[in-house]
Amino acid sequence: MRELWKNRRGRTILGIFVTAVLLAMICLAGWMWSDEALLTDLSQKNLAPCWAHPFGTDFMGRDMFIRTVTGLSMSIRLGVLTAFASAVLAALLGIGAAVLGKTADSVITWAIDLIMGIPHILLLILISYAFGKGFLGVAVGITLTHWTSLARILRGEVLQLSESRYVKMARKLGHGAGYISRVHMIPHILPQFFTGLILMFPHAVMHEASITFLGFGLSPEQPAIGIILSESMKYLSMGYWWLSLLPGAFLVAVVLLFHWLGHSVSALLDPDSAHV
Amino acid sequence: MKLNIVMKKALRLVLLLLGVSAAAFFLVSISPIDPLQTNIGQAALGSMTEEQIETLRQYWGVDVPAGERFLYWLSDAVRGDFGTSLLYRRPVMEVIGEKAGYSLGLMTFAWIISGVVGFLLGVISGACKERLPDRFITGGALFLSGTPAFWIALVFLTVFAVELGWFPVGLAVPMGVPADQVTLWDKLYHACLPALTLSVTGISNIALHTREKMVQVMESDYVLFARARGEDPRSVVLRHGLRNVILPAMTLQLGSISEILGGSVLVEQVFSYPGLGQAAVTAGLGGDVPLLLGITILSAILVFAGNLAADLLYSVVDPRMKKGGEPR
Repeated sequence: MRELWKNRRGRTILGIFVTAVLLAMICLAGWMWSDEALLTDLSQKNLAPCWAHPFGTDFMGRDMFIRTVTGLSMSIRLGVLTAFASAVLAALLGIGAAVLGKTADSVITWAIDLIMGIPHILLLILISYAFGKGFLGVAVGITLTHWTSLARILRGEVLQLSESRYVKMARKLGHGAGYISRVHMIPHILPQFFTGLILMFPHAVMHEASITFLGFGLSPEQPAIGIILSESMKYLSMGYWWLSLLPGAFLVAVVLLFHWLGHSVSALLDPDSAHV
Repeated sequence: MKLNIVMKKALRLVLLLLGVSAAAFFLVSISPIDPLQTNIGQAALGSMTEEQIETLRQYWGVDVPAGERFLYWLSDAVRGDFGTSLLYRRPVMEVIGEKAGYSLGLMTFAWIISGVVGFLLGVISGACKERLPDRFITGGALFLSGTPAFWIALVFLTVFAVELGWFPVGLAVPMGVPADQVTLWDKLYHACLPALTLSVTGISNIALHTREKMVQVMESDYVLFARARGEDPRSVVLRHGLRNVILPAMTLQLGSISEILGGSVLVEQVFSYPGLGQAAVTAGLGGDVPLLLGITILSAILVFAGNLAADLLYSVVDPRMKKGGEPR
């Protein structure tokens, strides 16, 4: 432990570990509390934050702290799932565009332009509408909207690699496509892929919350963070500030943790900055 | 040469719009949502006669196959007729025109303010790399970039409208006042807080990018030489820094129209501001397909225009591009 603390690389590794455990804990706690989050107690309604209820209670006497954690847990799980799916899609299409020839390239590039040409939220509304709102709509929507920039990066990277001298040399030496991609391509692509994947988490979580907030996402019974915040809007003018302020702040904290995690991991994966 | 480029861009725009409308139509047509159920309700449907339901089904176009509907819609849209909004019962263009009046003002203001403020903060932050102002600005921008627009809107609403009472809680005009008595001042007063919120959400992106560019410039050889010549830091920033970072910043800001549009959807929802974003949400929730398509197409055009403007700006403003672009 003390060894790790000595240099910045060790501290970053430690930080990544702690952050990951923290996020996993929120995720687990929310999972276990999913029944408590719906528990109503009408004798305890609209309480301001206190010791028994650190985030206060809402109009049905539900504990806001438990609801917030459950909602965040939902967002994290959905975010991780969609980010993975989106990153895999990005890898397939990005690399496909680079290797499958000119027609595939122009089709995929055009699709990227198309998706980037519509504001994310609007596209999410459309996709969510297509899937009848609800969980599936959000999951598919976030997956289909987030792959574009990573696909663009991977496509460029593969194109650049296949023009590089050592790849050309390997071809001349008679190595097959499998060998070249294993030895010369994948070691370059993989860090890019992981960085892109992890930096997708915060966006996925944020967009999930936004689209649910607008009423297109998860159904109103589920304690999703977007639902909690859109419910809180009705009580804003009555001065129940804790209903929106604290859950939102928690959401921001989770997004920032993911953001930090992404940057630290990418700093470690990049040989230029790994030992600074 | 020039004409060729114009033709190419126009063709791209047409293809893009075709793609956007086809994709949007496809998405809407596979939806399991029954517009009759959502807008009229099961109970009301149950009490209606078969004939009434049939009329309603025709009104919402439930029975026509999607491909056919798309062709109808497209042939009208090419002539500038985007159909009739099913919820507002008025032509889509009319609804969009009215809503856009509110939204475009909001977005233009936010776009300019976030651009200028973000750029200045980025320049300051990059020029003072790793010192106190940089720490504050970078930290603040990172915090903002991780904050959903609607939560900022909620917080501003709680603090400035509910607790302090400086601004109205929502809507674009005062409640209970006839439309012809609403003054310009009323409108501006109601637009203040939404515009401010939207500006704040746009700042972080441009500030962080400008900072990166500024740091690069400050580490360049020509800045080193200028310093060695004895130029003071302020004139280095003004004469060497600004000119080199303003172009990428403008490109970025022109490319961020998509994000401002997305942000306006959320912000308008929180402030009950009757703009395009709120219309899009209402249309999506209520199954008003023509209006949703119209708004999607309009926003695709705006985003395309932003990117096009960035391209053109580059070739006009950047002397290097000018030289390379013209045949000698």
